Amino acid sequence: MSKVKQKMIPLNGDEAVAYAVKQCDVDVVAAYPITPQTIIVEKFSEYVADGEVETEFVCVESEHTAMTCSITAAATGARTFTATASAGLALMHEMLGVASGLRMPIVMSVVNRALSAPINIHCDHSDSMSERDIGWIQAYAENSQEAYDSIIQAFKIAENLKVQLPMMVGLDGFVLSHTLENVTVLPDETVKKFVGTRQIPQVMNHKGELVPFKLNPEKPVTMGPISLQDYYFETKRQQEEAMRKAIGVIKQVHDEYVKLTGRSYGNGLVEAYRLEDAEVALVCVGSTAGTVKTVVDIMREKGIKAGLLKVRTFRPLPVEDIINNLSDKKALAVMDRSCSFGGQGGPVFHEIHHAMYDAPDKPQVVNYIYGLGGRDTPPALIEGIFNDLQNIAQTGQIKTKIQFIGLRE
Amino acid sequence: MKNMTEWKVTNKEFAKTPETFMAGHRACAGCGPAIALRLIMKAARGPTIATSATGCMEVVSTIYPNTAWDVPWIHTAFETAAANAAGIESALKVLRKKGKIKDEHVDVIAFGGDGGTFDIGFQALSGAVERGHDFLYVLYDNEAYMNTGIQRSGGTPHGAWTTTSPAGEVIPGKTQYKKPIGHIMVAHEMPYVATASIGYWKDMVQKARKGLEVNGPAFLHTFAPCPRGWRSETSKSIEISRLAVDTCVFPLWEADCGEYKLSPKSKAIALKPEKKKPVEVYLKTQRRFRHLFKPKNKHIIEEIQNNVDRRWNKLLKLCEMD
Repeated sequence: MSKVKQKMIPLNGDEAVAYAVKQCDVDVVAAYPITPQTIIVEKFSEYVADGEVETEFVCVESEHTAMTCSITAAATGARTFTATASAGLALMHEMLGVASGLRMPIVMSVVNRALSAPINIHCDHSDSMSERDIGWIQAYAENSQEAYDSIIQAFKIAENLKVQLPMMVGLDGFVLSHTLENVTVLPDETVKKFVGTRQIPQVMNHKGELVPFKLNPEKPVTMGPISLQDYYFETKRQQEEAMRKAIGVIKQVHDEYVKLTGRSYGNGLVEAYRLEDAEVALVCVGSTAGTVKTVVDIMREKGIKAGLLKVRTFRPLPVEDIINNLSDKKALAVMDRSCSFGGQGGPVFHEIHHAMYDAPDKPQVVNYIYGLGGRDTPPALIEGIFNDLQNIAQTGQIKTKIQFIGLRE
Repeated sequence: MKNMTEWKVTNKEFAKTPETFMAGHRACAGCGPAIALRLIMKAARGPTIATSATGCMEVVSTIYPNTAWDVPWIHTAFETAAANAAGIESALKVLRKKGKIKDEHVDVIAFGGDGGTFDIGFQALSGAVERGHDFLYVLYDNEAYMNTGIQRSGGTPHGAWTTTSPAGEVIPGKTQYKKPIGHIMVAHEMPYVATASIGYWKDMVQKARKGLEVNGPAFLHTFAPCPRGWRSETSKSIEISRLAVDTCVFPLWEADCGEYKLSPKSKAIALKPEKKKPVEVYLKTQRRFRHLFKPKNKHIIEEIQNNVDRRWNKLLKLCEMD
């Protein structure tokens, strides 16, 4: 258990993120307000105004510029953070690929919110799931405590020399962002020491010298050149390699954090809840995992061997952990809080279903698309899913592979 | 920073300043922007970081694994030159304050073409200027999207042929007028705005130097012909750049804290209006205007002349020289 003296304070999800960022010795924050992320930038503005942080806060004119400033500030050597949601993330899309392609270890919180149209300010994962393939590490938090812990870990993961990739931490809009929770926080100095100073890799410049990969007049380097048929492909291959290495780094950073705080989230990649002897299991990301845990307990009391696998790290996808945790189950339900229109189910389902294809024993896998635009996800809805899974497990028959639940049809 | 002194540099001294936009880049023969970039980079006053929008100058100077830049340089996207500068400047400021980098001033220069400045990058530019970042923005204006193959931009002049404003039977070239970007930037109440032409290079580099010396954002609108897109002789880029000034198609001025002042070449015309050449002599040098000389399009040349006169008179008023 932890030797560090921690304190418990009431924070909502957004405040928990801002509090973590305050402690991480961030040099530049460039951000633009969007509901339900606003509390993060408001709170951080207060820290700046009160002199509680040594951070240059750039209150930009759009999310596109928020991401651009984050990229070039990081390229200048700064530790950089930003936050957004929904339309803001969509507007950043172009620059997200630049951030990962340039290997800038920016940390961003995405307060998950539905994409327009119709315009809607409430939670679903359509924003960040649309950025699945953009080269960012993606983690999802179950509660405000995890949001706080994940932001601190994110700097250390992103900046690791084996990784050097940007990382986004998702937290569910309103469900977490605006809901007060007791959050246990570390002392400022402990966090500062844990994240350390930003490390910058060495690259070869145009003069054939090994120089730090940053904009430094003493050691000039050209960043973001045009790279055509002869080199582009290798750059992309290296990004994939960095993602593979991130799997180990995420686990390692999580382990160090567990030692420091006593708080753990599975192995940092996935978190299993009453899964070991489970016959039927749910797979989900984000705050719904909290509700599912409660329902798992209820099902267990009823004698149903229910369990949960929370996917904490969605990119890189921890395929091995997914297979190891799920392949001996009879039936699985994957919950998706976003839709891949015209595809075969939601994005989380795609991944789990695909991973299970190579599993030694293949459970039956079904998909439930739920909660779009902030539609409530009560325990009864999840109980219904477990009942469906029981039927599938008993009969070996799937009636409907992909279902939308909790809506008028 | 009003009433700044001119940068006293002899031609001989200037020739010896470092070449940080180096030879070997792949710009076309007669490229105006390449001349602008080389000379403006030679006007740097010390440690400098440069950034470019996507465009000809970015593409020709950094084909990996080669680079023409002997200063730290970054490109991110098309609409982002000013935002790039904002991020760099913000980082430099805080890293210096925290003692994480050397305690010395570093200049930041952003380069954007007309597409990246008048059009797609305008929001980022306006935002960066409003926030007051300390950087010099250089617009190299070759009056169309040349990198993608001569498409019209907000900087393309009235009547000009481009591949998206073709000289057709019904519509004879671009129907709109060039956006008065310099005055729009002055309206931001920023410390320094100037126009320059590669045809009058000394004036251009002195303005670039001034732009670096002011505290806060500076905007330099540089006229830079593209022989490929203008259908002009590669040997005539300098001559055309001078004609643009001599016809008042592109007058040279600066606005120091909003106070307008004509630069010597344009001031000479203001003092002796008979020196002002008709627009035809300028238009004739470029085949992008060739269709305007057909009898049925003659009125367009009149329209262009009227617009040049109207804008010139307005400028004279702003410079209190009317």
